[in-house]
Amino acid sequence: MLDFIVASLADGLLLGFVYGIAAMGLSLIWGVMDVINLSHGSIMALGMFGIYFAFNDWGLHPYLTLVLVAGAGLLLGILIYSAAVHRVIDAPHLSTLLATFSVDMILIGIGTALLSTSPRNVDFTLGSISLGPITLPWVRLAAALAAILVAALLHLFLYRTRSGKSIRAVANNRAAAELMGIPSSRVLALSFGLGTMLATIAGALISTFFPFTVLAGGAYQLRSFVICVLGGLGNPLGALIGGLILGGLEGIIPAFMETSWVPVVEFILFVAMLLVRPAGLLRSKT
Amino acid sequence: MLPKKWVLVPALFLAAVLAVTACQPPAAPPATESVAKILTVGYTTSQTGSYNVSSTRQVNGLNLWMKEVNDAGGIKLSDGTVITFTGESYDDESNKDRVQELYTRLATEDNADVLISPYSSGLTAAAAVIAEQYGKVMITTGAASDATYKEGYTQVFQAYTPASRYLTGAVDLLAHVDPSVKRIAFVYENDKFSTDVVTAAKDYAESLGYEVVLFEGYDSATTDFGPFINKIEATSPEALMGGGHFQDGSTFARQIHEKGVTAGFFALLVAPPEPDFADLGGAALGVIGPSQWEPLAAFTPESAKEAGLEWFGRTGEEFVAAYVAAYDEEPSYHSIGGYVAGVILQKAIIDADSTDPAAIRKAMDALDVLTCYGRVKFDTSAEAHGLQIGHDMVYIQWQEDDAGSLAKQVVWPLEGATAETLYPKP
Repeated sequence: MLDFIVASLADGLLLGFVYGIAAMGLSLIWGVMDVINLSHGSIMALGMFGIYFAFNDWGLHPYLTLVLVAGAGLLLGILIYSAAVHRVIDAPHLSTLLATFSVDMILIGIGTALLSTSPRNVDFTLGSISLGPITLPWVRLAAALAAILVAALLHLFLYRTRSGKSIRAVANNRAAAELMGIPSSRVLALSFGLGTMLATIAGALISTFFPFTVLAGGAYQLRSFVICVLGGLGNPLGALIGGLILGGLEGIIPAFMETSWVPVVEFILFVAMLLVRPAGLLRSKT
Repeated sequence: MLPKKWVLVPALFLAAVLAVTACQPPAAPPATESVAKILTVGYTTSQTGSYNVSSTRQVNGLNLWMKEVNDAGGIKLSDGTVITFTGESYDDESNKDRVQELYTRLATEDNADVLISPYSSGLTAAAAVIAEQYGKVMITTGAASDATYKEGYTQVFQAYTPASRYLTGAVDLLAHVDPSVKRIAFVYENDKFSTDVVTAAKDYAESLGYEVVLFEGYDSATTDFGPFINKIEATSPEALMGGGHFQDGSTFARQIHEKGVTAGFFALLVAPPEPDFADLGGAALGVIGPSQWEPLAAFTPESAKEAGLEWFGRTGEEFVAAYVAAYDEEPSYHSIGGYVAGVILQKAIIDADSTDPAAIRKAMDALDVLTCYGRVKFDTSAEAHGLQIGHDMVYIQWQEDDAGSLAKQVVWPLEGATAETLYPKP
């Protein structure tokens, strides 16, 4: 039983790192500009397909393509913000919710029309490594390492660069930041772009070990909501920790009950956190 | 009084005319004019969604049959009617709700004369309701679940071996290769077809004295089999069976391989017989799968004669050659499933000598014939009308050929085997 729990926990934690990256993107946008990006899942799916076409059609290595996919995600986010969110950023929350929902529907519609909803696979493998009772595929280890690296780079960006400090300033008090000469609209666009960049990175990493469809992002978007609440809005470290907690739970729960109960437990935890500690485990720091 | 010759000559002439007339053959009845009739075959295909791969092959087979019959001039009935076929189809998106809408349209707006089922038991169950409601004969293929034929339908006829017999042969194969094995795990897709298959296999295995150490279903959309694989390792089965359809089955096989799980006997539904399964490389090696048919299967007019059965249609070799020529790929059992649905319809029309639906149904009830796909015979009892009772499964395993490439071999039943079973799984 111990071997089983250790193996399950290891699998869950590795996956949790990737969940954390996905949630970071949602958390950053939510924390900085108080916008719930409902197109988060479909943007993750775009990241998956980016790797798929680069690997299958052009023979590019997935981890090298990750950089291109991240860049494309950043630009896409800036475009979405400029086209759909900027004009309603100061409107009631429902407007931004509807705006990002519309973007989601557009992306899914285009994706379905061009790519259908047939499942795809990136047939990329690096073999496995056995550590005692645990056998871990290298692609999952690599994804976890990539997620840690991305989280570290994001932290450095937010706390060690001028642009990052501007983002934190706008998140703290937009009006005051404007008075200090910070162009808040550009900062918000950059924040949105960073958020979507993280979503595409997470999607790209997931594509290396799970099959996916145009609609695959939805399930990860739901998890991202739970993680944001767990970890604290706008707190990248909180999102990573929340991802690890959720991934760990997804690994451990099947040891004690049928796997179908996993979403039930996840969302009970979600509601419990909203009631007991709505600010999350680590309060917003952005 | 007239001269004698004036009477005699005309009398003789009249007699001659009468004599000649009497010797003429009766006038032939006026030639029957050929009446061309086009029968509309209605069906849906999963052009998108998770059933895309298998459904496409099924429809390829059906279309191949239709082209062959039409190119050969159609079916000629005794009254001179010449029947040809046309297909009317829609994309069901692998979605049950769409199936119901589309089959209703086929039955009512498109006036399809006969229906062929979509691929998969779940979608077929939805379509069967419509076929029965509108009184349309439907031949199901790609649909093995027994449950559909226990609903009291009279219009629905199954081409596939039922789900209840899908994996029981795998249990027999396991007993044959290693009688010492006692522990089996079942991990399966939580849908109608897969659940029917593994439930029947579990009952059969337990009746033979096996211990079922794990029996757990996964959601159809599952992509992470890690939790199940960890449970499998924790329960240490000696044999692993289950799966569901192509996508989840191949993902399961890949992740089992990545985790290095060492169950010596590994049998999955649906996915292994598909040629695309070989794309998994090492993960496919040694995996066993039940198949409704394989290109290696040798059903011929001679084997029909030996079995005391009527033979109908092409041989398997001819079908394979025609399919490869038409689609540039090797046929799977889904391909011949679509093809034989058409063959069954063709035979029923010939036997009925009519296109009347009631006559076709009666002919289907009486059908007992050997084809390139195998034997076809339907249960006619009220409890299970339309259930396929003539056809049996074969079991394939992916093995390396002399060149080191993956190739399917038939490993069970022994009388049809082309290679010994590779055991334990590498």
